[in-house]
Amino acid sequence: MLELSHLYKTFNPGTTNAKEALSDLSLSVADGDFITLIGANGAGKSTLFGAIAGSFLTDQGSITLDGDDITLTPEHHRAKYIGRLFQDPMLGSAPGMTIEENLALASGRGGWLSRISKVDKKEFCERLAALDMGLEDRMQQPVGLLSGGQRQALTLMMATFSVPKLLLLDEHTAALDPKTAEKVLALTEEIVAKHHITCLMITHNMQSALDLGNRTLMMDQGRILYDISGEKRRGLTVADLLTLFKEAVGKELDTDRMLLS
Amino acid sequence: MNALSLVQTALELGLISSLTVLALFLSYSCLNVCDLSTDGCFTLGAAVGAVVAIAGHPYLSIAAAMGVGGLSGLVTAILQTKMGVDSLLAGIVVNTGLYSVNIAVMGNSSLLNMNQTETVFSRMKDLLADTPLKEQYKTVVVLAAVVCVVLFLTLFLATRMGLAIRATGNNPDMVRSSSIDPVYTTIIGLCIANSFTGLSGCLLAQSQKSVNIDIGTGMLTVALASLLIGNAFAGTGRRIPVRAVGAVFGAFVFRLVYTIALRFEMPAFMLKFVSSVIVVAAIAGPYIRSQIPVLQRRLQHRSGKGEGHA
Repeated sequence: MLELSHLYKTFNPGTTNAKEALSDLSLSVADGDFITLIGANGAGKSTLFGAIAGSFLTDQGSITLDGDDITLTPEHHRAKYIGRLFQDPMLGSAPGMTIEENLALASGRGGWLSRISKVDKKEFCERLAALDMGLEDRMQQPVGLLSGGQRQALTLMMATFSVPKLLLLDEHTAALDPKTAEKVLALTEEIVAKHHITCLMITHNMQSALDLGNRTLMMDQGRILYDISGEKRRGLTVADLLTLFKEAVGKELDTDRMLLS
Repeated sequence: MNALSLVQTALELGLISSLTVLALFLSYSCLNVCDLSTDGCFTLGAAVGAVVAIAGHPYLSIAAAMGVGGLSGLVTAILQTKMGVDSLLAGIVVNTGLYSVNIAVMGNSSLLNMNQTETVFSRMKDLLADTPLKEQYKTVVVLAAVVCVVLFLTLFLATRMGLAIRATGNNPDMVRSSSIDPVYTTIIGLCIANSFTGLSGCLLAQSQKSVNIDIGTGMLTVALASLLIGNAFAGTGRRIPVRAVGAVFGAFVFRLVYTIALRFEMPAFMLKFVSSVIVVAAIAGPYIRSQIPVLQRRLQHRSGKGEGHA
C-alpha cells in the first residue's frame, strides 16, 4: 500500500554540514503491516517518517500511497491519510484549548462554519472513556493541564480519530514513565488491530522491536540494512540483532540509548 | 466637565478603540501574531471611511472601511505566509507603505474635514432626535458596533474555522496534522482582525468629524495596553465571550484612567507614553515577579556562603 522508491534526502547540501539522511532508500509496505524500525542515532529513521508524512520534499525518488503518487503532496493534505506521533507528547495537541476543542479539530468533521454538536460531544466522551484515564470528565479543561501520558494517549486518539491508512509512531512512548508507556503501547496495539491500520514504529527498545508487529527494519546511514519478517524473524533474539548489525556495518551498534531487553 | 460627561467621553472613545482591541484579541491573543500594521490600517479605515462618507454614502463608508482593512490584513498575511517575510517585519513594511496609500486616499492631503458631512453618527442623531437617548447618539452607534463584533467573535471562534485559527496560534503542527493549512487560517484571521481595525478608525474619524494622517499613530500600543488591562480583569484561561468582553472593558478602563488623568492636568500628549508604560508593565511585571524567587535564592546562597567561610 506504501511504495517508497529510491528516495534521497540531503540536509544542508553544499555546506560543510551536509548530511545525507536518506540514500537510495526503497521500501514496500503491505496492507496491514506492523513494522518496527531500529537503528543508531542519525540512521535516518525520523527522516524517513518526515519524508513519508511530507514535512519536507525528498530530493529524488517517489512515494506512492494506495496507488496515489504523493511525492509532492503538501503535509496537511497527506495528514488526511497519515497519522503521526512524536516522542514529545506536547507536539500533538494545542495546550491552550480544551480537550473537546482539540478533538473537534482532529475529527475533521463538518464545514468551516460548523460547530461542535451534541452528537460529537457524546462520541468524544465515549471514546475518551475507552482510554480509561478519566479524561471524559475533563472535556472542558485545557490540554496543557494533562500529564505527558494523558496527552500522548489523547494524541493517539486524535491521530486515529478518522482512521488513517498509515500510522507513523516515532518513539511515541520513549518520554513516558514505564507504566504509562506500557499502557499507551497497549492502547496503540488495540487501536491498530481494531481498525486494521498499517503501522510503522520507531523504537529504541530492541526487545519490543522483535515482539511487536510482523516485520522489523534495521537502518543505518539512510539505508535499510535488514528487512526481517516471517519465519526468520520468529527465532530472532536481541543478541542476534546486534550481531547482524556488526556484520553489516563492521562496528558495534551504538547501544547508549538502546534498551537491550 | 462633570463626572457623568467624563464617563461618557471615556465610554465613547473606549468603545471605539475597543474595536481595535478586539482585532488584537483575534490576531495577538488567538493567532499569536503581533500585527504591527495596526496603526496604518486604523488610519486607512479612517481615510477611506471619510472619503466615502464625504461622497455621500455614510452607511457604505462602514463597509468600505472594513473592506480595505481586510485587504490590508490580506497583504500582511500573504507577506508573512507566502513570501517568507518575518511576521513583525511584514507588519512594519505594510504600515510604512500604508502611509503613502493613506495620503493618496485623502486626495494628496493629510487632513480631511467632515463638518458638513452626513455620517453614521449624524444619521443616528436625526433618528434619536425625539427620544431620551438623543444625547447618547454616539454611544449608541459604537455600542451597536461593539456588540456586533463581540457576538461575531463569540460565534465565529467556536466554529471549526475559529478553532483552527486559535490552534494555529497555539500549535501550528497540530493544525497541519488535522489536515488544515495554517497558512489559510493565518490569512483568514488577519483579514478579519484588520477589518475590525478599519472599522474602528472609520468610527473615530466620523465621531470627531475629521481625519488626519496621524489618527492611527500609537493605536497598536494603546490597544495592546487595553487588551492587557482586560486580561488582568477577565483572565486568559476563560471562555471566549468573557475574554472578549474583558477586552472591551479594558479599553474603557484605559480611556477612563486617561480622561481622569487629563482632569488632573496631565498634558494630552502623554497618552502614548502612558500606554507604552502600561504595555511594558503588563508584560514585564509577571516576568519580573517570576524572577523574585531566583533573586531571593541567590541572596540567600551568597549570605549563607559568607557565613560558612567566616
